[in-house]
Amino acid sequence: MYPENYRYTKEHEWVHVEGDTGTIGITDHAQHELGDIVYVDFKYGRETLKPGAHVDQGKTIGSVESVKAVSDIYSPVSGDIVDINHSLADAPEKLNEDPHGDAWLVKIRLSDPGEIANLLSAADYQTYIGAEK
Amino acid sequence: MLATAPLKATCLNAIHRSANAKMVDFGGWDMPVQYTSLVEEHLAVRRSVGVFDVSHMGEIDITGPEALRLTDYVTTNAAGRLKTGQIQYSGLLYEHGGFVDDVLVHKVADDHYFLCVNASNQEKDFAHIREQNHFDAEVRLSSDDYAQIAVQGPTARATLQKLTPVDLSAIRYYWFTDASVSGTPARIACTGYTGENGYEIYIDPAEAPRLWHEILEAGQEFGIKQCGLGARNTLRLEAKMALYGHEIHASITPWEADLGWIVKLDKGDFVGRAALAKQKERGVQRRLIGFEMCGRGIGRDGYEVLVGGAPAGWVTSGSPAPALNKNIGLCYLPVAGATVGRAIEIVIRSQPVAAVTVETPFYKRAK
Repeated sequence: MYPENYRYTKEHEWVHVEGDTGTIGITDHAQHELGDIVYVDFKYGRETLKPGAHVDQGKTIGSVESVKAVSDIYSPVSGDIVDINHSLADAPEKLNEDPHGDAWLVKIRLSDPGEIANLLSAADYQTYIGAEK
Repeated sequence: MLATAPLKATCLNAIHRSANAKMVDFGGWDMPVQYTSLVEEHLAVRRSVGVFDVSHMGEIDITGPEALRLTDYVTTNAAGRLKTGQIQYSGLLYEHGGFVDDVLVHKVADDHYFLCVNASNQEKDFAHIREQNHFDAEVRLSSDDYAQIAVQGPTARATLQKLTPVDLSAIRYYWFTDASVSGTPARIACTGYTGENGYEIYIDPAEAPRLWHEILEAGQEFGIKQCGLGARNTLRLEAKMALYGHEIHASITPWEADLGWIVKLDKGDFVGRAALAKQKERGVQRRLIGFEMCGRGIGRDGYEVLVGGAPAGWVTSGSPAPALNKNIGLCYLPVAGATVGRAIEIVIRSQPVAAVTVETPFYKRAK
């Protein structure tokens, strides 16, 4: 369920680092907690998030809204945005169907790869959400 | 640190947990918010049938020679007009005219009225009614005697009919019958909180797990779904049914909540009557009205509403409407602004988003 080669946050994001780029998404646990997702918004501060923008680890890069709740998305790493998954605007339900794959949110060029050490392994994340229940 | 009371569980809790439902703390009760998908559960009720555990709801029995006098005195609607077997939506008010709760009053007999009340209000309601009991009547909180299961949707009748010898088509909307379901005594009420036809069944908690499984089996051919409180909320919102703590509470009167129809000022004295009469004479300041989002976003409970760019009111409930494919909500606005077709804005995460006031209910079933 939770890929071993991803790293996770306690706010339920994942990052998959390949080379100097991290792909970011929300976890299956997050989509399950939220339920049917209807909107994804990409925002940094009051600005619409765009490629080239710099984001800091732990800062809000957008929000995911389901039928019953809204939840912020926090960037698990610092760096520059290189890509945004705009296909989710028309098909937000993909976040419920494939949160660890097709429904990634953004790609970031890491400015501080050392930050990865602050994140949870798949095993630790599963222990964490098990304990949260 | 605050001491947290352990969550209360209904007699169907183990079933919800084994079905892997997502559970939430709902007013102190450990309840299923959804089993698979809120939207799927919502649409199952609109298109065919769904089953809900609403055993957390409270029940109060008012009995004795003056049961009617007490019931009529603590509720806003005319309990005296009820026939045996009939049900009435009504309000329990404070003297100042605000809501203690909204209730369903069932006339069981001339000397027996049965109230279904909100789960988290039951102790408060019970204490309130007892305080007003200057009559030859007895008030009993009987919630522990009942499980309550709601079967709702266009094929609810066909589903439930398999389990009862009573001709369900003979039970009209807002009527009930004491009969049997799957061989066990049950109160079958043609009521619901979804905007569809359906039944609310009051039954011995010990029999509820068996009945739940039998209902699922009976509804299988219709694609029955187990539905959580999430779908219950979106269904009731589409049908514009009030939710205590949102549209109605201690600071809201029935006039404001667009529930004037449950107030019968001419029936004689009742708790809250003087305040309501006075407010009617002076005119209300604010009124509940429906809206639809025009811009992208969902106006949710507590969000500010702007009229002409200025703060004017607040959202009481808001969500996507799964059967209507739009985002809807209810809000309080000053009476002058509470007219249909008015452009308003809802402040969503500090950004005003366009909306328009609309006619309600948002959804009405085809008859």
